[in-house]
Amino acid sequence: MSAPANWEVVIGLEIHTQLSTKSKIFSGASTAYGAEPNRQTSPVDIALPGVLPVMNKHAAELAVRFGLAIGAVVNQRSTFERKNYFYPDLPKAYQISQFQVPIVGEGEVEIETDQGKKIIGITRAHLEEDAGKSIHGAFHGQTGIDLNRTGTPLLEIVSDPDMRSAKEAVAYLKKLHQLVRYIGISDGNMQEGSFRCDANISVRPVGQKEFGTRAEIKNINSFRFVEAAIEFEIERQIDLIEAGGEVVQETRLYDPDRDETRSMRSKEEAHDYRYFPDPDLPPMYIDSETIERIRAELPELPEARIARYIKEFGLSQQDAEAIVFERASADFFETCCLNTKAKPAIVLNWMNAELGGLINKAGIKLNDSPVDAIALSGLLDRLQDDTISGKIAKDVLADMWDGKGSADEIIEAKGLKQITDSSAIEGMVKEILAKHPDQVTQYQAGEQKMIGFFVGQVMKASQGKANPKQANELLRKLLGN
Amino acid sequence: MLDKSLTQISKALRDGSLSSAELTRMALDKAADNAHLNAFISLNEEQALADAAKADAAIADGNNDPLCGIVTAHKDIFCTKDILTSCGSKILSNFISPYDATVVAKTAARNMVSIGKTNMDEFAMGSTTESSFYGPTLNPWNTEHVPGGSSGGAAVAVSAGIVPVSTGTDTGGSVRQPAALCGLSGIKPTYGRVSRWGMVAFASSFDQAGVFGRSAEDTAIMLEAICGFDPKDSTSIEDQNIDFRSELNQDIKGLRIGLPKQYFNQDLDSGIGEIVHQAADDLKKLGAELVEIDLPNSDLGIPCYYVLAPAEASSNLSRFDGVRYGVRAENYDDLESLYVNTRTEGFGEEVKRRIMVGTYALSSGYYDAYYIKAQKLRRLIVNDFHTAFEQCDLILGPTTPHTAPKLGAVNHDPVSMYLEDIYTVTLNLAGLPGMSIPAGIAKNGLPVGMQLIGNYMQESRILNVAHQFQQATDWHTLKPASHTAKNGGAT
Repeated sequence: MSAPANWEVVIGLEIHTQLSTKSKIFSGASTAYGAEPNRQTSPVDIALPGVLPVMNKHAAELAVRFGLAIGAVVNQRSTFERKNYFYPDLPKAYQISQFQVPIVGEGEVEIETDQGKKIIGITRAHLEEDAGKSIHGAFHGQTGIDLNRTGTPLLEIVSDPDMRSAKEAVAYLKKLHQLVRYIGISDGNMQEGSFRCDANISVRPVGQKEFGTRAEIKNINSFRFVEAAIEFEIERQIDLIEAGGEVVQETRLYDPDRDETRSMRSKEEAHDYRYFPDPDLPPMYIDSETIERIRAELPELPEARIARYIKEFGLSQQDAEAIVFERASADFFETCCLNTKAKPAIVLNWMNAELGGLINKAGIKLNDSPVDAIALSGLLDRLQDDTISGKIAKDVLADMWDGKGSADEIIEAKGLKQITDSSAIEGMVKEILAKHPDQVTQYQAGEQKMIGFFVGQVMKASQGKANPKQANELLRKLLGN
Repeated sequence: MLDKSLTQISKALRDGSLSSAELTRMALDKAADNAHLNAFISLNEEQALADAAKADAAIADGNNDPLCGIVTAHKDIFCTKDILTSCGSKILSNFISPYDATVVAKTAARNMVSIGKTNMDEFAMGSTTESSFYGPTLNPWNTEHVPGGSSGGAAVAVSAGIVPVSTGTDTGGSVRQPAALCGLSGIKPTYGRVSRWGMVAFASSFDQAGVFGRSAEDTAIMLEAICGFDPKDSTSIEDQNIDFRSELNQDIKGLRIGLPKQYFNQDLDSGIGEIVHQAADDLKKLGAELVEIDLPNSDLGIPCYYVLAPAEASSNLSRFDGVRYGVRAENYDDLESLYVNTRTEGFGEEVKRRIMVGTYALSSGYYDAYYIKAQKLRRLIVNDFHTAFEQCDLILGPTTPHTAPKLGAVNHDPVSMYLEDIYTVTLNLAGLPGMSIPAGIAKNGLPVGMQLIGNYMQESRILNVAHQFQQATDWHTLKPASHTAKNGGAT
């Protein structure tokens, strides 16, 4: 579904991504997810009288890493302001955020659309602290407050109003989701709220220069909901205007159960946040050396990596994109390729089909695989140099998975080395042919597929160790064809 | 013994003629004798005696620290583990901090014995100590008068001879003004010298801890104990030189002392003007050179301060919502009424007034006209001082325009109360160090203070001039009549 041809949709996204720091942005408390309520709170998080915030330098460095990854201006001096409002899960009654001067200025990312590549501008990205959680309904007539999440470092990434459809918005969101995980600044876990977004949506007649009045949909935490919420909102606004109504500037919430957005508060009801510079936090300065160090440490970004894999490893665009999508799989693939004589296509196949199968079955992540890239390259070397057949290699991989040793150790211990001695294979072939005169007759009568039967018998007799290619050749020779 | 200097008491502790336990007992008894002054919100007898025993053990072990075993008292704005930290407010009248303020931890680390927490204006908002939830503190020089504020209890604890030194905080004059009104030496160091960790925030960009003592030398020793970089406070100054004593005895020949013409105008009580001029002449006799200086934007100090400080306060005090700690209203129906009732019942009038003023100044549509404008004025005031310090090494003027007002005389007229801070707030706006020392006695028998203002990090110079003045005069040795009459020669 998309907007009618006479309407243009304008979308901007604000993404909140949780930065992967061990401790909170302004206190030493842990940021680990899933602890008992209120167990990961320091006096700073609870906002006891007399406490003060101290900026977590690592969080700032992660923000800089993001800025460099999108080619943005990194502001060497940035400021912290207080955003004041009362709510029980906001203990200080103000959120510390960057308002006047964010740490990351203008940048951009490229997305794929149906019409080809498109640049989406990023207005700014700033550091701020997360609030706690209100738990409604669990306590009779009361609301529970869990402050574990309070003070978790967030990077809010604000896009320009550059997207023109829900699809583009989702493509942009996915792009950012991949990027933040790629450069290791966030785990991007959407279920745990580590990556969520607000969408600003307006519509205008095609050709109109001014933007229409926008509505903001708050806190959407899945790609599917983002698309659905935007689609709903576009339709709602167009219907409203076409019926002679007006869009009012307001904040709306998306309800996935009903697949609709609902008004949360209008502009008139909007908070006056009374932003002002936080006197507890002087402006933050980041020196050029630090920025250059972070730049040097920046991992190769997906686009560059895809291009390189096509060029260096001869992968197809599609294969390269798939393997590069997750940094872990790209790293695994590359390490494996660089350590084996097997061709990249073989590596890809074994990663996806064989190792991938075991990983899926175990329900674990690639990074947690008991067979690492080096181990797999050891196995593929033996396949490459014909020490073992593909079939045997699968058995060896299963043993490796079970922790029984390296490929070489298992091959040695189990005597799985492939028989490539022609005379030994020839002996076996002769024996098989002598045992199965009927099948020989059939073959010689023209039933070519019987060759498969004979190869199978040879493999069986050799317990899979005979080189099947050699066996095949010898069979054809001895059967006289 | 308690009205002797810190150095003298320290000597007695070290030569064995006095134990910290005896000193602590004396201080607690003296506090009890002076209960009518209402200098303390809480006394901490048990802990104090235990700390004194520890200090005695340390002295027996050869600890030579001049502060080891000395009794003191902390303003109730400093968080103290295990005992009440009320900040003079009903809303925190049940609050026990799980941690110690850096100031408290630092004095404890020096084996000082804190006998209790001193009374103060609620959240340090006030100049009389009358806005305290725990009732006003009385001036020992004349109990019909206020001791000044907001650190009134801390000043009276020293002035009444209960402890030789105490801690206070100074956001707009709250150490220097009560020091002046109670005949004490009181210093507020450069902003950033003392960690604000654990000091309940009033106006974060102004708040700075300071100390009271009966002489410049005593305050110098005590100030050294609380200064220093603290990684828990992002506005704390790194690499400080914390030696305030080695220059005390330096002579002040040729030192240029600036007298701001704006500080001696019609706002100033003429008696005080004469006393401060007399003191200036005394300093001249000691070799200082007097120069008239110009601080053209001085009169903007009060309006500027009373926009910015309440703005910060309105945000700082928002955390007192009855949700996590502190006193919660008994009756409420929903979240809104929980907030409204808790804060309506928990805060006093002056605090509410400043929260409202500050909220207004930060509101959309007024922010530029008030907050931004005031920040610009703040810069002008800083520039004034910058220019002045090109012409002089130290600035001298009155600390307050009047002597201690009578109880009830100014606290119901906020503007006239605010104007009492006219000479002190500009230092907080600029972050400069300042000190008030006794300069004379007014015709009404109440003490008069004079203020010494130094450039950034020039506490040593301030203390040097103060000490030299005190070597040549004896105003700082005068004690309130009640105090001397009741305890004269007793120890």
